[in-house]
Amino acid sequence: MDWQYFFELLLGGLTRGSIYALIAIGYTMVYGVIELINFAHGEVYMLGAFTGLIIASVLATLGFPIPMILILAAIVAIVYSACYGLTMEKVAYKPLRSAGRLSPLISAIGMSLFLQNYIILAQTSDFLAFPRLIPDFEFMEPIAHVFGSSDFVIVVASGISMAFLTLFIKFTKMGKAMRATAQNRKMAMLLGIDADKVISITFIIGSSLAALGGVLIASHVGMVNFFIGFMAGIKAFTAAVLGGIGSIPGAMLGGLFLGLSESFATGYIASDYEDVFAFSLLVVFLIFRPSGIMGKAKVEKV
Amino acid sequence: MEQARLNIILHELKKSVLVSLWFMFLTFPIMVIRVNTLDHTIMWRWTNMAMIGCAAFVLSFFWRWAMKKKEASAVPAKSSWPYWARQNWAGYVENKTWIYTLQGLMLLGFIILPWIVSTYKTNILISFLTYVVLGLGLNIIVGVAGLLFLGHAAFYAIGAYSYALLSKYLGFGFWIALPMGGIIAALAGVALAFPVLRLRGDYLAIVTLGFGEIVRLLLENAGSFTGGPAGISNIPRPQFFGMHLSVAETNIYIYYIVFALALVTIIAVSRLKDSRIGRALQALREDEIACEAMGIDRVGVKLMAFGLGTAWAGFAGVIFAAKTTFINPSSFTFFESAIILSIVVLGGMGSNAGVILGAAFLVLLPEYLRAFSEYRMILFATAMVLMMVFRPTGLIPARGRRYVVHDPDLDLDDGSKSKEV
Repeated sequence: MDWQYFFELLLGGLTRGSIYALIAIGYTMVYGVIELINFAHGEVYMLGAFTGLIIASVLATLGFPIPMILILAAIVAIVYSACYGLTMEKVAYKPLRSAGRLSPLISAIGMSLFLQNYIILAQTSDFLAFPRLIPDFEFMEPIAHVFGSSDFVIVVASGISMAFLTLFIKFTKMGKAMRATAQNRKMAMLLGIDADKVISITFIIGSSLAALGGVLIASHVGMVNFFIGFMAGIKAFTAAVLGGIGSIPGAMLGGLFLGLSESFATGYIASDYEDVFAFSLLVVFLIFRPSGIMGKAKVEKV
Repeated sequence: MEQARLNIILHELKKSVLVSLWFMFLTFPIMVIRVNTLDHTIMWRWTNMAMIGCAAFVLSFFWRWAMKKKEASAVPAKSSWPYWARQNWAGYVENKTWIYTLQGLMLLGFIILPWIVSTYKTNILISFLTYVVLGLGLNIIVGVAGLLFLGHAAFYAIGAYSYALLSKYLGFGFWIALPMGGIIAALAGVALAFPVLRLRGDYLAIVTLGFGEIVRLLLENAGSFTGGPAGISNIPRPQFFGMHLSVAETNIYIYYIVFALALVTIIAVSRLKDSRIGRALQALREDEIACEAMGIDRVGVKLMAFGLGTAWAGFAGVIFAAKTTFINPSSFTFFESAIILSIVVLGGMGSNAGVILGAAFLVLLPEYLRAFSEYRMILFATAMVLMMVFRPTGLIPARGRRYVVHDPDLDLDDGSKSKEV
């Protein structure tokens, strides 16, 4: 067994997995609270990457130092994506809250197409080169050929933000309200929880994490275009389903699981079938264990 | 009195100004700044910001007006037709002779059309009719059975590839491949439906999307057999009793084939809706558990819906391959499925006339209004969202079959002796 190759795949999978987990959290939180598959969530990630690119380019021409560009671009991207998420919820989902399951999903697909075409019209349909914002750290030098500085930043940043999210959900009042709304919205409203506010905050948090993922991965890969959100969105959704949709720790675990298994499958089986593998995993899981690894099976009552 | 009215106006204005400011802020980086990452120059497009501001200001009034109207009419109206249409058109809509005359005229129009328009326009008409067939097929699954299906393009691809591969490897002609393409697509549809039957609406949508992408990726990666991303070229055009036809003539010939197919589809699908299977499907859409209690075979009926819906996609695929003589996997992306879905949603789920109108909107308008084609997808995406928010039943809503009771004992307010149930 070639151990170096194994570790390369393991660490590569870890990087991928953390990004999937960051996006999957948005899916899972929204689903937990309003039972909607927010199809346009991948597009929020893509918008985050684009906003980050634009802000970074503007700051670069103004002569800011690189680490500051990274931080400022990430912050602006997060703020804007959160605003997009919020607006999307108000325009496309809120009026449909009592309209069954399919209407909001179709509306979400419409929103996703809208945002993709918005980028095509306002920016470009070609790939744009994303500047390398993450500097090479000296202490990463010995293992830089398997695990670069950008991998390191991605894993650390997503780890930190997920830890903060867990603390937020566990210990703040808003987190408690969120958990209550996810459990039973009507009951939560009866107890005086402002469900609309909770839903808005859910969208804000999910979109912010997606934008963080977008800026980090775009800087890692070095390219963005309008279509990156589609694949990332589907894969993150797969991760959310793997972990049991609705469960936040499940999304983190599912993301890592998907990232690692994808990395090993492409490394050891066939590299052409990377996306096929993720989709097959999604289909198989939805059919045989739709409640995911962590979720409990639901019994439908008449 | 004056004061109160003034206050309302000021309040509305303030709301719209806030909305407009919000959207100006929201779209600022994407709409205003355009960076060139190669030579590091930045373009500031401030006019876009002004446009967004004005548009958001005006549209926010419309949005609130439409919202208010929607809330006011929360109780569903008895007839699905809007009031003014009922007043002016109801006579025509109900009048059978008038409908038959109109249908006959349209039929005649479509028959002579390819002889009076150019080859280019015939091509557009062919793609319009192809989308009608695709939309009607999807309508069986989405509209009638209520199963949200996001992988329709995969079955379109299966149809197209079955003709291409059958003719490439086995030398099959168009007329043998046409039914076979439909049958293969239907079998694939049933095969997909088997495992996904247990899934709930939104999960089903994602699984079918995943399936669609798997089919496309397999076609792309099975390089030696399917030609990979480069696709298959030199697919033979259909033969007309061994006669040699020029390209323009073949086009007209294909037009008639697809027109006949569309006619058959329209007749078959409208007959299906009132058949035993169709009624079972509609009942299943409304309440699965109640259906099972009534003795409807849920599994069989759902499989039937998938098979019937995907068969039309297979036929359309064969014709598409024959028309373009070249196919590759990038013609069958999720985008294609989304376009077909928006045809169904825009037109009105479950309504055949709606689907035809939807296809006309999506295919013909952008072709004839060239300037508009750049904005085509964004407008249809917007329409999809707005349709769901304000008019979920589509342009021409589906009408259930109506039954009239004649009863001499019935004594209605208007003195008539019959009643619609």
